[in-house]
Amino acid sequence: MKILVLVKEVPDTYGERRLDLETGYLDRDSGEQVVDEIDERALEVALQIKDEDKSTEVVVATLGPASAKDALRKCLSMGADRAIHVVDDALAGSDVLRTAQTLAAVARRETFDAIIAGNESTDGRSGVVPAMVAELLGLPLVGSLSSVELTSTSVRGVQSTPTATLSSPLPAVITITEKSAEARFPNFKGIMTAKRKPLDALTQADLGLTETTVTSEVLSVSERPARAAGSVITDEGDAGAKIVAFLRERKAI
Amino acid sequence: MANVLFYVEKNTDGSLAASAAELLAAASGIGTPVAVTAAGGPASAAAALAVAVAEQAPIATLLPNTILGREIAGRVAARLGVPVLVDAVDLGVDGDRVVATHSVFGGNFTTTSAAVGANPVITVREGAFAAGEAPTPTELAPVADASPEATVESIEPAVVDSSRPDLKTARIVVSGGRGVGSKENFAIVEQLADALGAAVGASRAAVDAGYVPQSYQVGQTGVTVSPDVYIALGISGAIQHRAGMQTAKTIIAINKDADAPLFEIADLGVVGDLFEVVPQIIDALKK
Repeated sequence: MKILVLVKEVPDTYGERRLDLETGYLDRDSGEQVVDEIDERALEVALQIKDEDKSTEVVVATLGPASAKDALRKCLSMGADRAIHVVDDALAGSDVLRTAQTLAAVARRETFDAIIAGNESTDGRSGVVPAMVAELLGLPLVGSLSSVELTSTSVRGVQSTPTATLSSPLPAVITITEKSAEARFPNFKGIMTAKRKPLDALTQADLGLTETTVTSEVLSVSERPARAAGSVITDEGDAGAKIVAFLRERKAI
Repeated sequence: MANVLFYVEKNTDGSLAASAAELLAAASGIGTPVAVTAAGGPASAAAALAVAVAEQAPIATLLPNTILGREIAGRVAARLGVPVLVDAVDLGVDGDRVVATHSVFGGNFTTTSAAVGANPVITVREGAFAAGEAPTPTELAPVADASPEATVESIEPAVVDSSRPDLKTARIVVSGGRGVGSKENFAIVEQLADALGAAVGASRAAVDAGYVPQSYQVGQTGVTVSPDVYIALGISGAIQHRAGMQTAKTIIAINKDADAPLFEIADLGVVGDLFEVVPQIIDALKK
């Protein structure tokens, strides 16, 4: 069985995340860049199949700047077999359509039984790229699963809002939510062997993509002023009354 | 005025989803609204909707920013190679193109975006537009070359608690965190919510601990709320939680821990035991 896991390098949610006020792009210098936690969970689904059946090949792919190589190395150290890094200055600032077309082109170069991704990245949060990849490949999307049962021929899983059980024969595109099983940590052996695993860098020309039209643009970006702290009081038996008085004074209740 | 197509999502019982009336209001603001719906799953709905978009060339096609709405939007955009703008909280028109406003990183940044190219597909955040009248959608004809669908083996209709306002659109939200301590203790959060006519929310920690279902979760990976009043009970205020509520007009935080990060953005913070303070609030409300 061959599984493609789509990953994204994002700013660490635990740190400050900023947009470049000039371009509207993510300010990648403002915080630590990490593999999106949701994508690590997507990789975990694939690695659990590999735990059961060693013949399973797990490939991770990303579209991202040169620094995204580190995210792919992390995935290799967790247990993925090889990585594909689409890195091309012409693709900087790609919108979701361009991103989906690029990832679909990566998927078309080989024959994958399953394509697994997070349901939405923790930075852009658009959550449409997997559906677009599915449509471009003519595949079903078994989406937003909080638990997944994947076999070599089918996928079945539970979606949480509303609660529904979905299934599909493979090949299919699968997305999981942050309720899906937590990802493993890379072990020492994984970290050592990751350095020897293949990590292919591809340009859009390698993928046979020529058109670079971006179909949407950011017009303006503004930053909300930081929220100032109000007053903090210690309860001395009258805090409830003070809260109600505060809200009434503001005509909030 | 140019036509604005919008896709009406239906509940499992066939009734129109709450987003339908919101999308009608959103579409009316930028053009002449045309309501459509389609039978079948998201792949076939997308194929049918793509035909309608290609034929009618609307100034924009709107969908709710839900799991289903996003799948249909993505598939339509991929089929037609048209732009897709996601999670709009406001819409406007500049010349002959639609401009969408987005709230990014929990409201820390506001961006506007527009399509380069015709017929953009736009998903609209639930609760961002005040619902007006309910639309009467036309059902689109099925299309033969739709992509395959996932099979829905079973679906449980969403349990709607009609006694409380909807979390996404409520004017007042009372949320509980790990400090509430147990599923049973969560009743105190509900008591305060009911005393204020508020919706009930929770932090991820409270959801992970099993106090309440995931649908209550406010934050980065849950619901984003922007109420007039947000009252946080026993929530420390991890950055992921703040991302979902920091645009509230007034924030009240009650926590035993004086160092809780939520106090940094609260308009009024109370260091104290929520099990003592909440009954005081309920008493004071009666006066």
